[in-house]
Amino acid sequence: MTAATSWTIAGVRSALEARRISARELAKEFYTRIERRNPELNAFLALSPDRACAQADRVDANVARGEALPPLAGVPIAIKDVISTRGIRSTCGSKILEDYVPPYDATAIERLEAAGAMLLGKTNCDEFAMGSSTENSAYGAVRNPVSLDRVPGGSSGGSAAAVAAGLAVAALGTDTGGSIRQPGAYCGIPAMMPTYGRVSRYGLIAFASSLDRIGTFAGNVADAAAVMAVIAGHDPNDSTSAAVPVPDYGAEIEKPIRGLRIGVPEDYFGEGLDTEVKAKVEAGIALLERLGCRRIPLKMPHTDYAIATYYIVATAEASSNLARYDGVRYGLRVPGSTLIDMYRKTRERGFGPEVKRRIMLGTYALSAGYYDAYYLRAQKVRSLIARDFSDAFQKVDAIITPTAPTPAFRLGEKTGDPLQMYLADIYTVTGSLAGVPGISVPCGKTKAGLPVGMQIFGSHFSEGRVLQLAHAFEKAGGAAI
Amino acid sequence: MKITREDVLRVAELAHLELTPQEVELYRGQLDEILNYIGKLEELDVSNVEPMTQVLFTGAGSPAAALGAAKEHPELRDDTLRPCDVADAILAQAPEAAKPFFRVPKVIDR
Repeated sequence: MTAATSWTIAGVRSALEARRISARELAKEFYTRIERRNPELNAFLALSPDRACAQADRVDANVARGEALPPLAGVPIAIKDVISTRGIRSTCGSKILEDYVPPYDATAIERLEAAGAMLLGKTNCDEFAMGSSTENSAYGAVRNPVSLDRVPGGSSGGSAAAVAAGLAVAALGTDTGGSIRQPGAYCGIPAMMPTYGRVSRYGLIAFASSLDRIGTFAGNVADAAAVMAVIAGHDPNDSTSAAVPVPDYGAEIEKPIRGLRIGVPEDYFGEGLDTEVKAKVEAGIALLERLGCRRIPLKMPHTDYAIATYYIVATAEASSNLARYDGVRYGLRVPGSTLIDMYRKTRERGFGPEVKRRIMLGTYALSAGYYDAYYLRAQKVRSLIARDFSDAFQKVDAIITPTAPTPAFRLGEKTGDPLQMYLADIYTVTGSLAGVPGISVPCGKTKAGLPVGMQIFGSHFSEGRVLQLAHAFEKAGGAAI
Repeated sequence: MKITREDVLRVAELAHLELTPQEVELYRGQLDEILNYIGKLEELDVSNVEPMTQVLFTGAGSPAAALGAAKEHPELRDDTLRPCDVADAILAQAPEAAKPFFRVPKVIDR
């Protein structure tokens, strides 16, 4: 269900400038929508009306004084709960951070608010962003607004569901192995993961530091580009953030796509791909060809090793990053007779099953006697997967694949089988390991009415090119293909 | 069966996780299945492959350099003192604190 009024960033701006609505009234409208839909969707974990209204008042004062409005003035935005927000509870979907209130804002949050955005609240997600369905949240599963008995994807399922249901104009998510792109595909909205290092991770509560990225969901590609333009760029507070100039994405997306070479890797269209998803993505590629792109067949021979590689690299980093939750400095503490006893009891009670499973797997892969066989080998295969991409980008301007092998599955369908759940990310983890940007853009629906996502990868720092193709595809009717 | 009950207990100890007997059995089976799947990495010959230890690469010849990445090292800053008056805000989040310390159960017996 889409809301009666479908707001866009441009629509918010013109309505404010023409004084058809105030930012205050807009915030109120969105909180009314949330109040109505959130009980069934469970997309939001916390709301921040004081903060949103304070921002609305600043925007309304800008309008009253006839001042130029900043780029996201009055735009209602939702934030995945793994991103730190000063004074607003940030749980990461975990009991271990149930009462945690960060003392500072993530850089992406500072930039959004400096650009005039109104922060509506925090969205539900898989615990510490570990999952592909948002069923691993300690605060209950999120439902897909397109079909309530289906998952919204994960781990950024709350952000995806909020935007798809019209409860926010845009949302921030995070993507470690597909956690933005896959829920974008399942909920039928554009979902962008930028290049590793493009958006500061300062204030992003870490899962796997060599893979984690902040990106965005929006109702259309131009809005995703507008949010990217605000959050991208170097940040001295993140030593892995890149000092690479950020182009004007708003101008980039309007460039013609005629003559661009699109690579189609056969390795993404084999066994395990749902026939309806395959047909839709093939039709999407044909549409890009009609728009003047040249289709180039590709082989990316290490694709099949990506899930295995990812579940070593990501869990090894997670086992290290999550060692900080020990009941000493913040979050849950369960008393114990000794320090070690306190650590163990706190972590036993505070972490859910998937987080424990991944900590165990990562600890095993890094433990004495197994490091070379698992972690070092995975790091080498990661090089091979990255090389598949750099070789491909010698020949093509972008790579087109399905975002996920199937449409949204039913709640509970895969919770008993972790490996099957991991395989939902089979087409997204490759780009995560390689560090390249990718977007999922709506590409028709199955006969049952479930959205299909088409994924577009670009080379490092080519967000503009990726958004440009996605925008042209959307304008040509790709969502209704 | 690659993973034994003892493996699970050893890893849980390293990770400071206290598992129930049911969890030990559950994770033993699941880790076994996942590691069997991960075993497919052994099919590849990686003897001449460097491990990927760096994701962000902005050096000479990189795509980032071609796009005008800063040539100096922006991740390095001057070694100057900056005010960092955050102790109160941080200790306010602690389960138990006695400024300027976090309090924990006794570590050393004497």
